Amino acid sequence: MSITKRTFLTLTCAATLAVTPVVSFAQGWEPRRPIDFVIMAGPGGGADQIARFIQSVAERYDLTSRPLVPNNQGGGSGAEALLSVSGTSDPDHTILVTLNSFFTTPLRQANLGIDVQTFTPIAMMGVDPFVLWVHVDSGITSFDQWLETVRGMNGEYVMGGTGTGQEDSIVIAFLSGAYDLDITYIPYDGGGAVARDLAGQQIMATVNNPAEAKGFYEAGDFVPLLAFSDERLPAFPDIPTVRELGHDFSYANQRAVVGAPGMSEEAAEYYRAVFTQVYESEEWQGYLESESLSPLWMNADEQRAYWTTQVEAHRELLAALGQ
Amino acid sequence: MEILGLLFDGVLIALQPLNLVLILVGVTLGLFIGAMPGLGSVNGVAILLPITFLVPPTGAIIFLAAIYYGAMYGGAISSITLGIPGASTAVATTFDGRPLAMQGRASLALVTAAVASFVGGTVANIIFTGFAPLLAGVALSFGPPEIFALMLLAFATFVGLGTDDIPKTIFSICFGLVLGAIGFDQISGAPRLVLFDINGFLQGIGFLVLAIGVYGIGEMLWTIEQTRGEVENTTPKMTAKGMVADTAEATRKGWKGMGIGSLLGFFVGILPAAGATPAALMAYGVAKMTSRRPQNFGRGEVDGIAAPEAANNSASTGSMLPMLTLGIPGSPTTAILLGGMVIWGLTPGPRLFIEETEFVWGLIGSFYVSNVAALLINLAFIPVFIWMLRMPFTILAPVIFVLSVIGGYAATRDMFDIWMILVFGLGAFVLRRLDYPLAPAVLAIVLGPIAEPTLRQSLLLSQGDPTIFFTRPIAGPITVVAIILILLPALKLLRPRKPGRDGAA
Repeated sequence: MSITKRTFLTLTCAATLAVTPVVSFAQGWEPRRPIDFVIMAGPGGGADQIARFIQSVAERYDLTSRPLVPNNQGGGSGAEALLSVSGTSDPDHTILVTLNSFFTTPLRQANLGIDVQTFTPIAMMGVDPFVLWVHVDSGITSFDQWLETVRGMNGEYVMGGTGTGQEDSIVIAFLSGAYDLDITYIPYDGGGAVARDLAGQQIMATVNNPAEAKGFYEAGDFVPLLAFSDERLPAFPDIPTVRELGHDFSYANQRAVVGAPGMSEEAAEYYRAVFTQVYESEEWQGYLESESLSPLWMNADEQRAYWTTQVEAHRELLAALGQ
Repeated sequence: MEILGLLFDGVLIALQPLNLVLILVGVTLGLFIGAMPGLGSVNGVAILLPITFLVPPTGAIIFLAAIYYGAMYGGAISSITLGIPGASTAVATTFDGRPLAMQGRASLALVTAAVASFVGGTVANIIFTGFAPLLAGVALSFGPPEIFALMLLAFATFVGLGTDDIPKTIFSICFGLVLGAIGFDQISGAPRLVLFDINGFLQGIGFLVLAIGVYGIGEMLWTIEQTRGEVENTTPKMTAKGMVADTAEATRKGWKGMGIGSLLGFFVGILPAAGATPAALMAYGVAKMTSRRPQNFGRGEVDGIAAPEAANNSASTGSMLPMLTLGIPGSPTTAILLGGMVIWGLTPGPRLFIEETEFVWGLIGSFYVSNVAALLINLAFIPVFIWMLRMPFTILAPVIFVLSVIGGYAATRDMFDIWMILVFGLGAFVLRRLDYPLAPAVLAIVLGPIAEPTLRQSLLLSQGDPTIFFTRPIAGPITVVAIILILLPALKLLRPRKPGRDGAA
């Protein structure tokens, strides 16, 4: 049984390595157990990629004295995560990686009784813009040409996006309203699936985040037509923004970290320090640039104010969607 | 021949000392993670992702892929020895693995699982090596109508078996579909079937929760009730000679299941949204349908172990294909691997094969090495697992109960799931007493949440016209075959009405 013994030893060593906490020298409050790092989306999507990236940076520089343990709770457009984080028995060790469903899900599911203002602001890591994409085989190269094509199809133009009431459907509803278009909308369970079905030409256009479409764009399969950002995106300098076309509209997905409701101020300060270091790291700054995220750093008060304006903006957008 | 050269380089990369150590450690860790009820390859890869920063990206992905591989082997172990599925991918293995173990043939069951896993992995590796870019295109041509047609086919294999009581099978499928519909609806975002307004139902019924309840608790109750605690204690012994004999028997009786599982598993694995769990269940269904002894399935048929075990390993390799060639995860585990690649500074997608040759071929080479390592390590540990079975059932039953509860809690850390496991365990016991087949319900809860959205997406695509399932070149033939399979038992039901003509059927 020598193999058994040896492999068992290696197993034990590896396990010890994996769980040994790294001592940090920060002052004041420190986590006493592993931090529940809840992600309000399933594995693999844009939100999940970012959460794991953040975790890896924190891990690499030993920024936390106890590990961040990612915990995907994607059910119900994030309702599952919001419920579990607001009901946690240990708010000081529970943080949540959010996207815009942080605003839309409590609005659409009022019966959940979630008030986002009860959550604790920690860090705004950036915002992820939306871009209109078509497949290269469609032959469409400009937004005007796209409009013409959609109008010529009498409601048979098919676009895919995330679930009804989520970010993609808001952007597409805006497009339909602003240009009086008749689009068939197919909901998917995540941005990755949407991009895949555009690559397979099951659908005709999407409004994926640049990070989700990047691989296909670089391979020459996807063509960007329009950006829903305030300024032109550095990665796509030739693509006009919807603002340039005379519409007072921009839309981006927030990539923010928030604390559970009832988190103590000391714990919140600790996490703010941690995520400031993550934000300033070379890795995160590189990620912002390569994946076309825009920086939008805010302090805690600014974050609360931002939540208020976002909740109001989404209330109007959802009302326009008929939700 | 260029591919063989690249593969040779890849295997050499995988055999570098550091990478070889990573493979051995990864496979062993994976084996135990897979064998622990509740922990599957997803958890293992997610937990160990951060420690991969200590090694270069190629070593990191090799390590994680080895865990993935090991977990596919390991999942079978608790399925067979304890009747608790070690991971959701190994649920189908309990169907026949557990009965075979109860007959005192646990060693044969474990050896079959190991050999089938090896065959599945190897076949998948060869297909992967030869045809990766070509098959990526096939995966993309599967839109919602094609995936729905495939799901229909999977259900058809379970209905069309002919040996079980058909109305009870259909009831079981419908029951599973209803359970699968609980939670938030993907298309409209509305909550459904939130029974008694308990928030736990919002997240839906976890498949693993159902499986642990049905096969862990339910099986334990069933055994106690059947034997009144007097389980005849077959003390299986393991010798090197016995293992060789078992390997021969496993190959002889299970080659067909292995073949079906290997090919079907790979194909289902490369499809989006599927992964190893549906692959294993579908392989089981097809193996049973095409078997000459379908009545033996569920009673310890070797093919019934070989098919799902070959399929889950084959599918895990298959699901790497869309991840590497398209940047799209084929399973939850590859979704996390994909996240890892972004962190290591690689862009998964169509250009990866061209720009990161060493990474890609190092990984492919490691599949071959990991597969051999997993087989040897697994075989080496089989005596340890067999030893567990020598415990009297009066000790084993509480162990199964505790492991089921811990396993259910470990997956989600939610007490709600524990209550559901107990409810499902009791429910499964009652249904089994009434002679309802449970495997179709388990299949339905896995495939229902894939079939339902794809059905609705397809109908949205076609503006409500159901002929979309017949007119598309890939979906059409699959749908037709599925419908024929569903109608077959109806014809069989009609036949006994005229017994005069063909006598005793």
